[in-house]
Amino acid sequence: MEKNKQSAKAAAWENYAALVKRITPKSKMAQGCLRAFWVGGSICTLGQALADIGVSFLNLTASSASAFSSITLIFLTALLTGLGVFDRIARYAGAGTVVPITGFANAMVSPAMEFKPEGWVLGTGARLFTIAGPVLVYGISASVVVGILYYFIRW
Amino acid sequence: MAQHRIGKQTIVFPGKPGILSSAAVVGPKEGRGPLADGFDLVVNDALFNQESYEQAEHAIFREACEKCLKKGNFSNTDVQAMLGGDLLNQIMAASLSARELSIPFLGLYGACSTIAESLILGAILVDGGYAAPVLCAAGSHFCTAERQYRYPLEYGNQRTPAAQWTVTGTGACLLGASSNPWARITHATAGRVVDMGIKDANNMGAAMAPAAADTLIAHFRDTGRTPQDYDQIISGDLGRIGSEILTELMKKNDYLLTQDNYMDCGLKIFDPRDDVHAGGSGCGCSATTLSAYILPKIRKREWKRVLFMATGALLSTTTSQQGETIPGVAHALVLEGEM
Repeated sequence: MEKNKQSAKAAAWENYAALVKRITPKSKMAQGCLRAFWVGGSICTLGQALADIGVSFLNLTASSASAFSSITLIFLTALLTGLGVFDRIARYAGAGTVVPITGFANAMVSPAMEFKPEGWVLGTGARLFTIAGPVLVYGISASVVVGILYYFIRW
Repeated sequence: MAQHRIGKQTIVFPGKPGILSSAAVVGPKEGRGPLADGFDLVVNDALFNQESYEQAEHAIFREACEKCLKKGNFSNTDVQAMLGGDLLNQIMAASLSARELSIPFLGLYGACSTIAESLILGAILVDGGYAAPVLCAAGSHFCTAERQYRYPLEYGNQRTPAAQWTVTGTGACLLGASSNPWARITHATAGRVVDMGIKDANNMGAAMAPAAADTLIAHFRDTGRTPQDYDQIISGDLGRIGSEILTELMKKNDYLLTQDNYMDCGLKIFDPRDDVHAGGSGCGCSATTLSAYILPKIRKREWKRVLFMATGALLSTTTSQQGETIPGVAHALVLEGEM
């Protein structure tokens, strides 16, 4: 009896999920990919241009030039986030702004602004990493694992 | 056996409590939508001269309550009970407003169905002779809902096509006994909590539609009425997807909802070109539309009898993250104009 009730419920849920799936519109994949490609590509081109400027005009070494490029992009993202413009660009570009270093900068600055009314310690301080935190935790953990593997298996 | 009851879920109000006045205060996005002329105040900035969005939500809530009292020529000391709530944790916008209004306060939470829950309980208080007049209010704020349920405002992400936009605004109604009210509440059907296994917090319409259908079917079964008995059947914030699902679910039960006899507040309040995806949502959605659009239609006698049903998705971020499905609830009440 109880089992019949369970399977009837499962069937009803399944039918309903099919109805919802039929009616809910899908995200526009092609449009999304195209926008992500051209905005993301432009950001990366800008990054490369900044690195080249560093090497050619500012007499930086290759590694300093790439740091110069990252710092500039992070600064620009932070500025645009603060001015309330970045989220509009991201709404258009999707992964195009999330994947480059701009996404990480925005993920740090936006909670810093959002939680300021709760104070510097329990607001901004405590919640600064609400979005970027998981990326750091698993990114650093993965790099540790790779580092250990690399120590034992030199290739 | 309760005497003022028909069927399983429906209450009949013998005294037909009246709506004496109503008011709606909204944010800028709502203010440039199609209902602009019906609002009592459109604040031009979502912060409303406050230091945080929570304070702004509270200020908007209080402002709507005060405007409602003023329109009905009542002062806060005349009002015997205040019922209502909002979407903030611990319904703080309503609680803080009640602090300043200093009216005996019964805080309620029914997610986006709160205004209907408040009106039903308010009508019971008035009709039972326990309190009159009674103030009912519900509100929400886009910026506070975003941070509570989703991401920081300036975080760059994309919304899915099924996502809805939380209404910034509060709607308030004053209930009481009067010989010439704006509208009368004749019946109410309180809804059961229905869960059809939806987990996607970005598709609230789909989570709430089965509850809406359950309440509508219960109402028609209890009263022996059909959709044809109403000039308009109104749902709270099902949005485009939820209202389409509701229409299908009702059709399966032989109740026909059409473009002429059915509307959803979530599809009425915003300009569809204003980046709102599947439509509006939030406690303020049905509450402000009730005041700005539905009650004026009844007062102008364009509609004689409507079924107003506010819908709520009863989720919290914690239960949602733990993989719990989203239960929905819907409460309906019958509003009638003076014949």
